Amino acid sequence: MCDLAEYLPEQLPERSILHSDMNSFYASVEAMLDPKLRGKAVAVCGSQETRHGIVLAKSQKAKKAGVKTGMAVWEARQCCPDLIVVPPQYDAYIKYSKLAHEIYLRYTDQMEPFGMDECWLDLTGTGRDPVQTADEIRETVKSELGLTVSIGVSFNKIFAKLGSDMKKPDAVTVITRQNFRSLVWPLAASEILYCGRATTRRLARYGVLTIGDIAATPPELLQDWLGINGLALWRYAAGLDCSRVMTDGWEAPVKSIGHGVTCVSDLLNDGEVWHVMLELAQEVGHRLRSQDFLAGGVQLTLRDNGLLFTQYQAKREAATRSAMEIAQDCFRLFRENYRWETPVRAICVRAVRLVSSREPQQLGIFDDAARREKQDRLEAAIDDIRRRYGKRAVYNACLMGDIKVHEIGASEVTMPGMMYV
Amino acid sequence: MRDGDKMARKVYVEVILKTDREGKNRPLSILWEDGTRYEVDRLLDVRRAASLKVGGGGMRYVIMIRGQQCRLFEEDGRWFVEADGPEDGERGES
Ligand SMILES: [Mg+2]
Repeated sequence: MCDLAEYLPEQLPERSILHSDMNSFYASVEAMLDPKLRGKAVAVCGSQETRHGIVLAKSQKAKKAGVKTGMAVWEARQCCPDLIVVPPQYDAYIKYSKLAHEIYLRYTDQMEPFGMDECWLDLTGTGRDPVQTADEIRETVKSELGLTVSIGVSFNKIFAKLGSDMKKPDAVTVITRQNFRSLVWPLAASEILYCGRATTRRLARYGVLTIGDIAATPPELLQDWLGINGLALWRYAAGLDCSRVMTDGWEAPVKSIGHGVTCVSDLLNDGEVWHVMLELAQEVGHRLRSQDFLAGGVQLTLRDNGLLFTQYQAKREAATRSAMEIAQDCFRLFRENYRWETPVRAICVRAVRLVSSREPQQLGIFDDAARREKQDRLEAAIDDIRRRYGKRAVYNACLMGDIKVHEIGASEVTMPGMMYV
Repeated sequence: MRDGDKMARKVYVEVILKTDREGKNRPLSILWEDGTRYEVDRLLDVRRAASLKVGGGGMRYVIMIRGQQCRLFEEDGRWFVEADGPEDGERGES
């Protein structure tokens, strides 16, 4: 990392970075797969039949009507009465995300995905014209996949990302060393990557409202206010970000895979909680498997019927993608921590500390590798049957009973990871 | 049948293929849903494409059957054609 305070962006080595963002990704995939949804207000929602299902993604038209991610389905219907609600098809999203990556890789091997629908590409040294390439990628994704992307072209990752947000859908925005002061600096501070809500609020207290304001603030002052992040933020705003596009281990930006549900009625005892956890863990296990990950830990989020959230996390000795092990870890956390002062209403099971399943694993001393291997094969077979014949085809015996879940669905797939610096 | 005038349909078909030594596929004939087998007279274009008409997509084979162009897709191991309204439907107005 260079000491940049006395540099101008013009003095840094020239780079051409693209940031490609698939527009309204989940909703666009749904509309691409089903022409009847095109041009309509569509929301991809978890647990449809329960009134607690939430909006995971929405189409342009739904967005215009006021539908927001995270809204309850009934709320979304209120602001958009002709909203079409569809359940998420994660396998399709993963497929189209991978296909987009394949297109990007035709232009450069310097690719860093950021979540499922975003990607940085570094064209430096490829001899390709960045703007022309961006246009070609945009056209190719449209014709080959039937999806649109917006692409930002710039001399660093931060501005490339910002550019992909400025004009969408299906557009290219170029931010150069010459025009960034007039294009970027007037934007609200919150537009810049990693300037979250708390940071934005704190900056506003000092009268720092735009990205230009951040750049005009002495970096030492920002460091006083925000710590080390203040310095990074200043570098970003001043156009001095020199973080590189990470090419290896590019699955890493997926930080966790979680699946959660709000139950149709309260869960009243350990047994009921275990049933729901196991069901959720099945889906988490499936997604770990299909994305080639192992979980190095689990996280359990609970909401009681009084809307109070609690969250517990545990590290694992050996990474796993076994639904049974993930469910058992969560249940252990639950037993150790939950005092049953109120019934449970919502549960989210999340696999964290993800590692690639393609890399060799360190085995724990007390871990029975052979047994795990066998369990893994068994679960792979179950997973395959569930995929081919539907999720109800193979069940854990204890799930056959009365489960207080209509449709398991409410969830988010990937959280973008921190950027590599 | 004229019910599909506006809305194109995704019709899955059985395909007889020739795969060459390089692994390239060439459809030789398709079996239509009514049981008629159609020979593929010419292969005009192969590329990855979305099917805007019926949704989804995959490898797209533009082929000629009895003097009409037809778009045949391979999607996740299954094959479909875009069956649409009468004006450029390849169902052959015999
Ligand atoms: Mg997006």
